[in-house]
Amino acid sequence: MRFKVIKPGLLTTVQDLGRWGYQSSGVPVAGAMDLSALRIGNAIVGNCEGAAALEVTVIGPELAVEGEGVVAFSGAELGFSVNGRHVGSWTALCVKDGDVLSFSAPVKGCRGYLCALGGIDVPVVMGSRSTYTRAKIGGYEGRALKAGDVVEVGACGFFSKRIDGFRPSDDILPDYSKSPELFILPGLQEDAFTEEGLMTLFNSEYEVSSESDRMGCRFDGPKVRHKEAGADIVSDAIPLGAVQIPGHGLPIAMLADRQTTGGYTKVGVLTPASIQALAQMMPKARVRFARATMEQAIEELAAAKAAAWRARQLRASWISRPSLSLAPRAAVKNAAAEFRITVDGKSYDVKCEEI
Amino acid sequence: MSIYINEPRFLDAGESCLVVEFADEIDRAANDAVMNLRHWMENQRRVPIVECLPTYRSLAIYFDPLKAGRAKIEEEAHLALRENLAVSSAPQRTISIPVCYGGEYGPDIANVAAHAGISEEEVIRRHSARVCHCYMIGFVPGFAYLGGMDESIATPRLANPRTVIPGGSVGIAGKQTGIYPIDSPGGWQLIGRTPLKLFTPEKNPPTLIDAGYDVRFVPIGPDEYKAIEDGVARGTYEPVITEADQL
Repeated sequence: MRFKVIKPGLLTTVQDLGRWGYQSSGVPVAGAMDLSALRIGNAIVGNCEGAAALEVTVIGPELAVEGEGVVAFSGAELGFSVNGRHVGSWTALCVKDGDVLSFSAPVKGCRGYLCALGGIDVPVVMGSRSTYTRAKIGGYEGRALKAGDVVEVGACGFFSKRIDGFRPSDDILPDYSKSPELFILPGLQEDAFTEEGLMTLFNSEYEVSSESDRMGCRFDGPKVRHKEAGADIVSDAIPLGAVQIPGHGLPIAMLADRQTTGGYTKVGVLTPASIQALAQMMPKARVRFARATMEQAIEELAAAKAAAWRARQLRASWISRPSLSLAPRAAVKNAAAEFRITVDGKSYDVKCEEI
Repeated sequence: MSIYINEPRFLDAGESCLVVEFADEIDRAANDAVMNLRHWMENQRRVPIVECLPTYRSLAIYFDPLKAGRAKIEEEAHLALRENLAVSSAPQRTISIPVCYGGEYGPDIANVAAHAGISEEEVIRRHSARVCHCYMIGFVPGFAYLGGMDESIATPRLANPRTVIPGGSVGIAGKQTGIYPIDSPGGWQLIGRTPLKLFTPEKNPPTLIDAGYDVRFVPIGPDEYKAIEDGVARGTYEPVITEADQL
């Protein structure tokens, strides 16, 4: 299967779990902004968790399918449709030659993953298919998709068409409608800030700035004051979700395309669920910061993996569901079931009754 | 500002990263301690790690807390520090970087000469006389943070940064010298260019200079530049890397 790009959308890039192992060479990790949505999307279509998908941002692309296969869109509700019929997120679909995948309009969240069974097949660069556009590394020619591109999907061999229509139960799917607190695990240069500065950070409302992208999310709000030593440090590592506060006093959460090292003070690191929540926030969203514990952060990481694992189990049950099912018991109870059956030319009146 | 090589700080950087910090300033001994700890962590097989990122003064150890907890990582780092701190276990390598100075490759060499009040030839002599040390790679893929340049040729950045600087350009910014690994914008004073490719995504490792290397700039003429450039393009040129004898 392959996708022919009719319209590219706002920012559509190939992403997987990221390019780990090359930060010591200055190569940013990149990868999916919402790792949990990618993992669940891959589980829905039957891929391994790290298969590459198309990361769709706010306004989705329009793609023509060539060949046949299985797709699902995971993450934000961006109006995913097939041949103009609304399908929505988190649902597996069998698609065939000539089908057109499109997106109507963003409803909830802002990023999602178009996962295809077999994974998006672009060359693996430094162990990953993720696109890092700033240095033109990985993905589709190191850049976002353009009209006319043809994106190959990996060979998936035989697949069961019974997957069509599968959607995991709501309990394992994230809810992007609530405006959450963002939890910071304090550490690193937390001691570079004044008591009053930390009070400001954890007791004020901030707004997601429109100057946010895959590299970092800026926040507008009250300024956080540094101690006399100031906001600059000798450069050190920037982990995923690090909240750095430069001299201007406003926090910036460092996300997938963050540079590997930097010279600004970091107050701590967002927990995994907070990073995912932030990846789904539109500019102008209002947030509050709260302190997290190490236990909470690890628990969130485990919960995200468990959700993908559960989706995988539900998928297996869906495919192996019985073809013929008996009517539910409650429905039979009051039905007066009478049949006339003809066998070898003789007719019989049959009456079914519950006893 | 202080150095605490014997009492490093263990800093939580989220649930999946532990930072072992030996100083809060630029210090060669602290950087050597970082390289030694990196060497140990990457070669031990007791605790699974994702990767190590060495910086000027600290080592960031990335791990999966669902496979090996922070306590295990910290325990291994302590073991490394006990066993390993006194001796330099990481290999000591020196790489020679051929540089064609001045002319079209180094359009700002006159600025540097004027700022230092010396001739262009003397800029070349001073820039290539001292061996620099690569403290870390960062900023952009393959960018080596070098320390140890002769401070007499320190020159402020350009007032108007260039929008595109060709990969391989060697520049000076304040007391720092460095090499642009890929085409990028920047405001460094450009004094020359190397025909070597500092960053090649298809290679493993993708960078020519690794953190912890010593770097020696070797002046070459335009003809030799072309010859090496051809060799690099054909894949026949081998960079000159020497390894110091271990104690």
